[in-house]
Amino acid sequence: MPALPLDDSARAASSPAETEGGFGVYIHWPFCLSKCPYCDFNSHVMRDVPEDAYVDAIIRELTYFRELSGPRTLTSLFFGGGTPSLMTPQAVTRLIDAVAGLWHVPQGTEISMEANPTSVETAYLKGYKSGGVNRISLGVQALSDDDLRFLGRLHSVGEALQAVKLARDVFERVSFDLIYARPAQTPAAWRRELEEAISYAADHLSLYQLTIEPGTAFEKLFKAGSLLPPSADDAATLYEVTQEVCAKAGFGAYEVSNHAKPGAECRHNLVYWRYGDYAGAGPGAHGRLSVEGKKIATETERLPSRWQAEVMRAGHGLTRMEEIAPAEQGDEMMMMGLRLSEGVPLARYEKLSGRIIEEKRLLLLEKDGLITRRGGQLYATARGRMVLDKLLGELLV
Amino acid sequence: MTDLAHIRNFSIVAHIDHGKSTLADRLIQLCGGLTQREMKEQVLDSMDIERERGITIKAQTVRLSYQAADGETYQLNLIDTPGHVDFAYEVNRSLAACEGSLLVVDASQGVEAQTLANVYQAIEVNHEIVPVLNKIDLPAAEPERVKEQIEDVIGLDASDAVEISAKSGLGIDKVLEAIVRRLPPPRGDREAPLKAMLVDSWYDPYLGVVVLVRVVDGVMKKGQKIKMMQAGASYTVDQVGIFRPKKENVKELSAGEIGFFTASIKEVADTAVGDTVTDEKRPCEKPLPGFKPAQPVVFCGLFPIDSSQFEDLREAIGKLRLNDASFHYEMETSAALGFGFRCGFLGLLHLEIVRERIEREFNIELITTAPSVIYHVYLTNGDMVEMHNPADMPDPVKIDRIEEPWIRATILVPDEYLGAVLKLCEDRRGIQQDLTYAGARAMVVYRLPLNEVVFDFYDRLKSITRGYASFDYQIENYEANDLVKMSILVNEEPVDALATVVHRARAESRGRAMCEKLKDLIPRHLFKIPVQAAIGGRVIARETIAAMRKDVTAKCYGGDVSRKRKLLEKQKEGKKKMRQFGRVEIPQEAFIAALKMDDN
Repeated sequence: MPALPLDDSARAASSPAETEGGFGVYIHWPFCLSKCPYCDFNSHVMRDVPEDAYVDAIIRELTYFRELSGPRTLTSLFFGGGTPSLMTPQAVTRLIDAVAGLWHVPQGTEISMEANPTSVETAYLKGYKSGGVNRISLGVQALSDDDLRFLGRLHSVGEALQAVKLARDVFERVSFDLIYARPAQTPAAWRRELEEAISYAADHLSLYQLTIEPGTAFEKLFKAGSLLPPSADDAATLYEVTQEVCAKAGFGAYEVSNHAKPGAECRHNLVYWRYGDYAGAGPGAHGRLSVEGKKIATETERLPSRWQAEVMRAGHGLTRMEEIAPAEQGDEMMMMGLRLSEGVPLARYEKLSGRIIEEKRLLLLEKDGLITRRGGQLYATARGRMVLDKLLGELLV
Repeated sequence: MTDLAHIRNFSIVAHIDHGKSTLADRLIQLCGGLTQREMKEQVLDSMDIERERGITIKAQTVRLSYQAADGETYQLNLIDTPGHVDFAYEVNRSLAACEGSLLVVDASQGVEAQTLANVYQAIEVNHEIVPVLNKIDLPAAEPERVKEQIEDVIGLDASDAVEISAKSGLGIDKVLEAIVRRLPPPRGDREAPLKAMLVDSWYDPYLGVVVLVRVVDGVMKKGQKIKMMQAGASYTVDQVGIFRPKKENVKELSAGEIGFFTASIKEVADTAVGDTVTDEKRPCEKPLPGFKPAQPVVFCGLFPIDSSQFEDLREAIGKLRLNDASFHYEMETSAALGFGFRCGFLGLLHLEIVRERIEREFNIELITTAPSVIYHVYLTNGDMVEMHNPADMPDPVKIDRIEEPWIRATILVPDEYLGAVLKLCEDRRGIQQDLTYAGARAMVVYRLPLNEVVFDFYDRLKSITRGYASFDYQIENYEANDLVKMSILVNEEPVDALATVVHRARAESRGRAMCEKLKDLIPRHLFKIPVQAAIGGRVIARETIAAMRKDVTAKCYGGDVSRKRKLLEKQKEGKKKMRQFGRVEIPQEAFIAALKMDDN
């Protein structure tokens, strides 16, 4: 059972270690109109969601996290899911107000929301905006109706483009997602689709390689042999096309799958990648919080009804709250940080983990062209970032 | 005591699955060794090999009391024989303890290669042989054809063959009558000084070493001071007994009888099979001819994957050796694999069994290096060194010639697979000696270099004949050949555990095959890896493992950190199971798999 949070007076305000990487709040809205076959996120198809009751529970859990985190200044607030755009503007506004009452939220703090093209209505968008949302991320996923059907999406290309247009009319900051490396997708076809997508883009794009995740409908098809994603080598080629097309259009990759014009990076996700602190509220949300110089991992109950009942009973739906050992903090920070083009400060790794990476190891990987160092900062090269999972194994063993 | 005329000692010679064990069970049952209920119990007991080790062995040598049609009661001693070629040596000593054999042949399958090898051994020790046709009640049974085959292939008169069904019990009484009437009684002198042949021995946790003997002359009793003539050691007999198949102590074992004794002997290695046991005070004049000790013919290195388990491995090997004196070992160090043991085995099955027992019973994961045979390396200075590890190959300029062991292999195969078998033998440098037909089956005899057989010959044979071929071999002689050491270099560094000795003419194709195999077996790394085969400094084959292009997780946000870290932990764990050669990790299975030759 998670321990009781300590009273604020028991500790000082944010120490420098706590502010490194910033502080984000994530709110998970787990409900969807339908389940997409590739998605392994905690999502549940449910009609007539008792919205007020869930919003009440989230606020209650946020209050608990506030007790844990102490007073802090917010870097960003993010509504993810599921499909958070199924929430009414009233609900979103209540949540934003609640967060602002719990932590210090400076003017201009990024408040992002994921939205599906099907659920975007001008009225809702305007309502979100007046409630405080200032960035929208749309799940467009593909610019081909056939592929949208294959991906289990409920919208058409026409609806998606309409949604992008609407969003751009209302918000300054708009991003959308695409999934590539779809079965039989050629580099030439992907290049055309991506170039077209960029012509509709504002300042940010998330471009994900299709991954067969355990427990998904796609995994079943894959195992049955009726879904054939591109080979690892073909996927690598598609990734390279992505980098090239985006770079040409001024959408540099600031992370493995994220591209933005300078200054338009998603600040919330940067909190994760910079291994900052974040509170995760709602069913199945994860968090990382610095409490009294310790880094705490949190995780909540995934099943919405059970989570809600638990929050009402105990004030939170936590199923896990444990300290992360120094070596593991170092690993986590590297895992996340090397995804970024800005790299990671080696000194921070050493401080967190209490370890150093042998010079010999670094030199070899440098020689292989997988990493570089400049002024105490460690970077994965473009090639290194492509093989980051294995590279991390070499670096952190 | 039983007078010699009322004793019969016999073995059963048969191919695997031809019904030897079932027949033995029936004989025990019919002679009242066990009740119906106990028969079942015994089968159950023998499952737990370790605890019931005694039972298993006992079931292999059993004394039966049989009241024959002539009204007399006979003592029948059955010594079971292992079927596999690796243990041919044990067959030999079991046969030497008897005067006759039952040759059991499946009436639907006919004579197999192992049957042949064992029956020839029985003939060599002058056994009277009674052919028995089993499974006579099967629709596919062809007794007349199989009788003909026994006469043609083996040269035994099969007209009086006993036709039985061990499964249903049909004809078992006729087998017993044939044993009494057609097999000779033992000869021996009860009054002469004790002379007994040491047939087998095993370790029992309660009794210490149990020794199985065939008494030739004289008597053995509890309390008697005995002497092992070859080993020179003396002991006092604690217990004398027989198996019925349950262990039963008796007062004495006398001339012509088979039974066991214990004498506070600590290790199986102290009991040399074939040794002569005699009375210390009144020894016999001359020992029995004895046997050559079983010589290991296949060698390989066994290394723990986790190098910290070396001491555990030493202990495991020591324990196994307690009960298996035929397996040899010495410490070995490898640049690539660290500390391990060079082990000698009677054959590949023996190797497999020992390796499996270490992995399963002692929980030590092993890397097994390429099996090797013993080469005789003649140096220019006239010396000869025995080499069973390619790493020990002397400097080529000092070598005059290298001789390798050749075998005589007998393969019985249905006609339709003959072509494939001939090709396999030819590919392995075989020289055909004989090719005859027995019905729809061909019997092929080849001379083959053992080093071509030692690895995967039997696997290949099974796969190209869908398991229908049977195979047996004997070591024949040593012959000089153009043999060279082939090294394998991974990322420019030689991996000693992958080095092999090959015939020069075969080096290039083998080297190419190994490089191709390793290319598939070694996972992609962050950098490209050249894999080369070389003789001396000359590269004869080369492949390149391309560098990994992309593996990064596409989506990684706040909720993925824990999951990703678990993957990283797994990756670190997996690295421990790999052996690091320079910067390359080679998976355990690669060491053996790289050597398996595909056809073509």
